[in-house]
Amino acid sequence: MKREVWITGCGLISALGEGRAQHWSALGDSSVWQSRMDSRRHAPYSVHPMVALDLDRYIPRKGDQRAMGPLMHYGCYAAGMALAEAGVAGNAELLGRTHMIVAAPGGERDTAADEQILAARVGKEAGGRWLNEKMLTDLRPTLFLAQLPNLFAGNISIVHGVSGSSRTFMGEESAGIDSARIAWERIAGDQGDLFLVGGAFNADRPEVLLMFAQCGLLQGPPSTDFWHRPEAGMTLGSVGAFLVLEARDHAEARGARPLARLTGIVAAFSDRRPGSAASIARDHWVKLAEVNPPTAVLSGACGTGAITAEEHDFLAALPGAPAVRGTAAALGHSMEASFLANLGLAITCLEQGSLFPPLAPAEPIEVRGTSEARRLAVTGWGHHRGEGMALIERIG
Amino acid sequence: MTENKGKPIAVTGIGIITSLGAGKAENWRRLSAGESGIHRLTRFPIEGMRTTIGGSVDFLPLDPPETAHLSFEMARLATAEALEESGIGRPGHFPGQMFLAAPPMDLEWNRRFAVADRRGEATYAGLIRSAQSQNDNLHLICINGGIASRLQEEFGPEGSPITLSTACASGASAIQLGVEAIRRGACEAALAIGTDGSIQPEALVRFSLLSALSTANEEPSRAAKPFSRNRDGFVMAEGAAALVLEDADKAKARGARILAYVLGCGEAADTFHRTRSNPNGGAILRCMREALDDAGLGIGDVEYINAHGTGTPENDKMESFCIQQLFGDLARKVPISSNKSMIGHTLTAAGAVEAAFSVMTLLNQLLPPTINYNEPDPTIPLDVVPNKARPAKVGTVLSNSFGFGGQNVSLVLGSA
Repeated sequence: MKREVWITGCGLISALGEGRAQHWSALGDSSVWQSRMDSRRHAPYSVHPMVALDLDRYIPRKGDQRAMGPLMHYGCYAAGMALAEAGVAGNAELLGRTHMIVAAPGGERDTAADEQILAARVGKEAGGRWLNEKMLTDLRPTLFLAQLPNLFAGNISIVHGVSGSSRTFMGEESAGIDSARIAWERIAGDQGDLFLVGGAFNADRPEVLLMFAQCGLLQGPPSTDFWHRPEAGMTLGSVGAFLVLEARDHAEARGARPLARLTGIVAAFSDRRPGSAASIARDHWVKLAEVNPPTAVLSGACGTGAITAEEHDFLAALPGAPAVRGTAAALGHSMEASFLANLGLAITCLEQGSLFPPLAPAEPIEVRGTSEARRLAVTGWGHHRGEGMALIERIG
Repeated sequence: MTENKGKPIAVTGIGIITSLGAGKAENWRRLSAGESGIHRLTRFPIEGMRTTIGGSVDFLPLDPPETAHLSFEMARLATAEALEESGIGRPGHFPGQMFLAAPPMDLEWNRRFAVADRRGEATYAGLIRSAQSQNDNLHLICINGGIASRLQEEFGPEGSPITLSTACASGASAIQLGVEAIRRGACEAALAIGTDGSIQPEALVRFSLLSALSTANEEPSRAAKPFSRNRDGFVMAEGAAALVLEDADKAKARGARILAYVLGCGEAADTFHRTRSNPNGGAILRCMREALDDAGLGIGDVEYINAHGTGTPENDKMESFCIQQLFGDLARKVPISSNKSMIGHTLTAAGAVEAAFSVMTLLNQLLPPTINYNEPDPTIPLDVVPNKARPAKVGTVLSNSFGFGGQNVSLVLGSA
């Protein structure tokens, strides 16, 4: 028995704004989305920082706001938006059996304290008594709590009262894909009716940029065409993206309005020998899309050299030549949140009945095909590992 | 719900590594002898630390033993042991899905200093400039999916391996995810792994600053004192365990030896506070009750409880309170003990390690003790199997895992 899975709530925040309408509007005008990128603060790297949020709207207690860093604010905020839209927010009975699966990166460090330690280090040995004592005096316990990945979900439970269950997936892009996949499988397989899934990423963090810069993956100037970048080709963007997934019968029984049908979602993990990710993606396409092919694809390509090139070639060769949008060009790549953000953008396109304009206007796979949007595929290929695909459709 | 709800899932292989040693035989020998794996830490300088003891795993040839490498290596050894016992699949191909509980990754200070030293930088902006001048390729030790991708290469599970964290309940969540996947028919077998090798200076400081760690440094082996009146915190520890879970019919069909069954899983999230349970115990109670419901059992069926039993004043009080609430008059009769009195708190791995020990308990019909139990806490009137292992007829175990951040999981395991 397979139950149909509906999306009944969506919370989406990024550099482009808050909610689907603002995203639709920003994506429609390249001068707008281009202007949201910040190239100065972390030069030589650019980031797409989060739009200013009025935290009081979804995190009303100041004590809760203080207990979190920006990353967890984004998660709580987007989760609050999704729960409100689904009509679950504030309903203790529903919240008590809402299962939460979130995709969280490592938490945020106290970078000021880190820099004090780095300054104190000059002229000293690498570790030992001075470092131990310095950490014991300089590091703040409340900020450690903001660093534990599972407290990303813990804070959502505390702020919004989600108490059915709470699971945190880690592991970059795959974590976001699998949070939605496991919820979808559990609903379809009759292991739950109501799920909150989501993720967030904060690109505007020096420790995050340090990590990816060390790995040789961040794009410095000059910015080049999204689909044809070198290995150092990622530009990161801050995103919070949450969805309420619900069994159709459960949603109908409580009179919830569906935003879209999540027809299917699959994931795998290739070894990334050349061609292996594309081979998996072809299997996924056959599984999800061959019978009723989507008219367009929202791609989660991250922008780094070989793997984005491989996805480009896979998409270019798709039967029916659907139009493609590489959304990281406009939002930045948001790791754990990227696949979920694309599901949010897909809902937007289904509601509007069309795609937003090409983000890479010189790119053949973006300018081809119809702009009509009734059935869309969403892809997510991790910058290191992990491939996923979803099919999402308009209802009615 | 479908007919598969509550379906027992077979355990056909386990692997364990802790501060007591490598392998389930050595671990069980020492655990059932009431030996402690807790010792003075020597991995890094401990001068100036409030806590100087732990259950670190120091016997693997790793230099330096960084969190990512140690967590991977322990997971690899435990998984290899579990797969060998199970006999499932073939080398490099596990015919099922993988669920891995692993600690979050971060750069250690020595790594940060190494970048800083290149050009004498002391700010993040400087570090980023230094980093881009060389390609450090630290990828696999920085990303949270790195351990799973290395395990994937080694053991070849199917599909997308999941890395997860529900804090101190993580290992049990990995088992629950595997049980669910088999029950809904997504796979016929699952590898559930918990690993944690994160004893590093900053991690020790973090837990110290939360006042969570025992500071009874003088006699390391006596520091972990779950359920005792003088308990003063948990002892950080390392370890890993792997369980091969299978659809019971499929396991029987291939002639596998079934070691035990996972009969039920329960989970509940607390909405009360970031580090404390709601004083009414609601989420912990709900979690234990759900596990029993899922197993189709009642309180009278539980013959032993493998406690979360961290040895912090708060956890043991709440766990005992909730057990008394749930079990009523039976609470004083059901034996309950804490593996953590001997191996410390293996954090992300604990739920898997303790589930594996629960399987050993069923196989050996022997209850491991709660050691260091010399000053009973009068507010915890439970049979904690004090200080010495006890032979017992035991067919059903309830294994508890409660996390910081309010994530609670209970498992019910039963004899084959």
